[in-house]
Amino acid sequence: MVENRPLLTVFSHVVLLAGVAAVAFPLYVTFVASSLPLEQIMSVPMPLVPGDQLLVNYNQVLTAGGTTGSKAPVSTMLFNSTVMALAIAIGKIAISIIASFAIVYFRFPLRNFFFWMIFVTLMLPVEVRIIPTFKVVSDLGMLNTYAGLTVPLIASATATFLFRQFFLTVPDELAEAARVDGAGPLRFFKDVLLPLSRTSIAALFVIQFIYGWNQYLWPLLITSEESMYTAVIGISRMLVGGDAANEWHLIMATAILALLPPALVVVLMQKWFVKGLVETEK
Amino acid sequence: MDKRVVFRSAWLPYALLAPQIAITIVFFFWPAAQAVWFAFQLQDAFGLHTQFVGLQNFAALFADEHYLGSFRTTAVFSIAVAFSGIAISLLLASMADRVLRGALAYKTLLIWPYAVAPAVAGVLWGFMFAPSIGIVTYVLKGFGIDWNWIIQGDQAMLLVVMASVWKQISYNFLFFLAGLQSIPRSLIEAAAIDGASPLRRFWTVVFPLLSPTTFFLLVVNIVYAFFDTFGVIDATTQGGPAQATQILVYKVYYDGVKAADLGSSSAQSVILMFIVITLTVIQFRYVERKVQY
Repeated sequence: MVENRPLLTVFSHVVLLAGVAAVAFPLYVTFVASSLPLEQIMSVPMPLVPGDQLLVNYNQVLTAGGTTGSKAPVSTMLFNSTVMALAIAIGKIAISIIASFAIVYFRFPLRNFFFWMIFVTLMLPVEVRIIPTFKVVSDLGMLNTYAGLTVPLIASATATFLFRQFFLTVPDELAEAARVDGAGPLRFFKDVLLPLSRTSIAALFVIQFIYGWNQYLWPLLITSEESMYTAVIGISRMLVGGDAANEWHLIMATAILALLPPALVVVLMQKWFVKGLVETEK
Repeated sequence: MDKRVVFRSAWLPYALLAPQIAITIVFFFWPAAQAVWFAFQLQDAFGLHTQFVGLQNFAALFADEHYLGSFRTTAVFSIAVAFSGIAISLLLASMADRVLRGALAYKTLLIWPYAVAPAVAGVLWGFMFAPSIGIVTYVLKGFGIDWNWIIQGDQAMLLVVMASVWKQISYNFLFFLAGLQSIPRSLIEAAAIDGASPLRRFWTVVFPLLSPTTFFLLVVNIVYAFFDTFGVIDATTQGGPAQATQILVYKVYYDGVKAADLGSSSAQSVILMFIVITLTVIQFRYVERKVQY
């Protein structure tokens, strides 16, 4: 702070508190609704203090699911989301780190061509090639499978850039020393580069885990069986239309369960999250 | 930007690149090429015959009032999302940059919505504003406002904008905070000594120095509004009422998946591809160079 202006400081706190409250309000309403019986949500206005149905509602969605719309238990959906998020995060990191290793530490024909091929994928999000990508996955027999949910999403230009950028900052002397000592490229990668990349990997993991967990359009297209729904898809499938027809207490309990894991990752791994966010955008 | 020390191997670099390139070809290039191919084809209702029709699909699109309407909707939506998101985040970030007490707590409490899926954000906001049972709807009724986004197009648009901005504030906030913290204190002190008030310092010193961050966020937010808000819309308005919230991406999905109109949907995909390419080029050409005064 440059100067002492108590009034301005008070004003800053007021603005920030209002911001925090506005950001938190939807979450609070959701939490309260997830602890109420349906009748109380339907009685306008719904109460704004938590009710006593918390355990009942969560128990029902986790073990049995909703009774209208999607009937799959949410525990299955959470498992699917976890598989999807982990496979996408780990898969992206794995194939990108070896691709950038090849691009940075080797000279070979078509090197730049491959680099540009990876770059161009930035310009082809799922949204602009919905139907043909669906057809490819369907022809390969990957509808309603974990492979279909994850493999098409693990190519990553941003992760490749991030590792390339990082490898370029690694001192040349390390590779020289490794070569003098007779270490081959794979040995150098495993014993020198990989340990050095730990922080980049952690940061990227946090971002990609959230990305994978929150995928919507892709699982919406390729999962038609309830047993393959992810949590995010499950919620939208539980909405059967019309305010009065929805089982809001169960939908809200599912919403809390679906947003809790990635929110915890953000809050608990804040340092890696911020680093990952800022670096993947450079 | 090349390494002095390189390893030599005739096959290893190709093997290392193979997984990434294979996925890129099978799931990115091949489908994108097909989308372009289909865009010039007309398919009969049963999908049995296809015929090359040149630019006919594109001509039909630009003659279609719904498609042009979707362009306008997308423009209104993305401008509203980008500008309100950036303004609110900039206000919060400049306040957070000022306070010493509780700075970390504020930061933590403001960034968690990043973790919420767009579709879930849509459900949360749709519930609060639900026409018959929503808690906010009830409050609005007290003020004499008749809120029903199921039938009122403007209100539906406002709802999806609010849900989308809510989710994106955390992202903008973090980038603005980082930008503010990298401004040298000496510049602000010098302006303060010259007698500039905090507000004047903000507009004449801080805001111009933040312009690279702001421009970068503008592009990112427009891309976000174009593509990542699909979940928000699908979980709330589904493009309705009467196409009032049918942004381009939603229309591609609707025409391709729900209405199974392959030719038109592919032509729309190709147009979207052009938009993404333009935005990506802008991002890489101008953001790298940094907008500075």
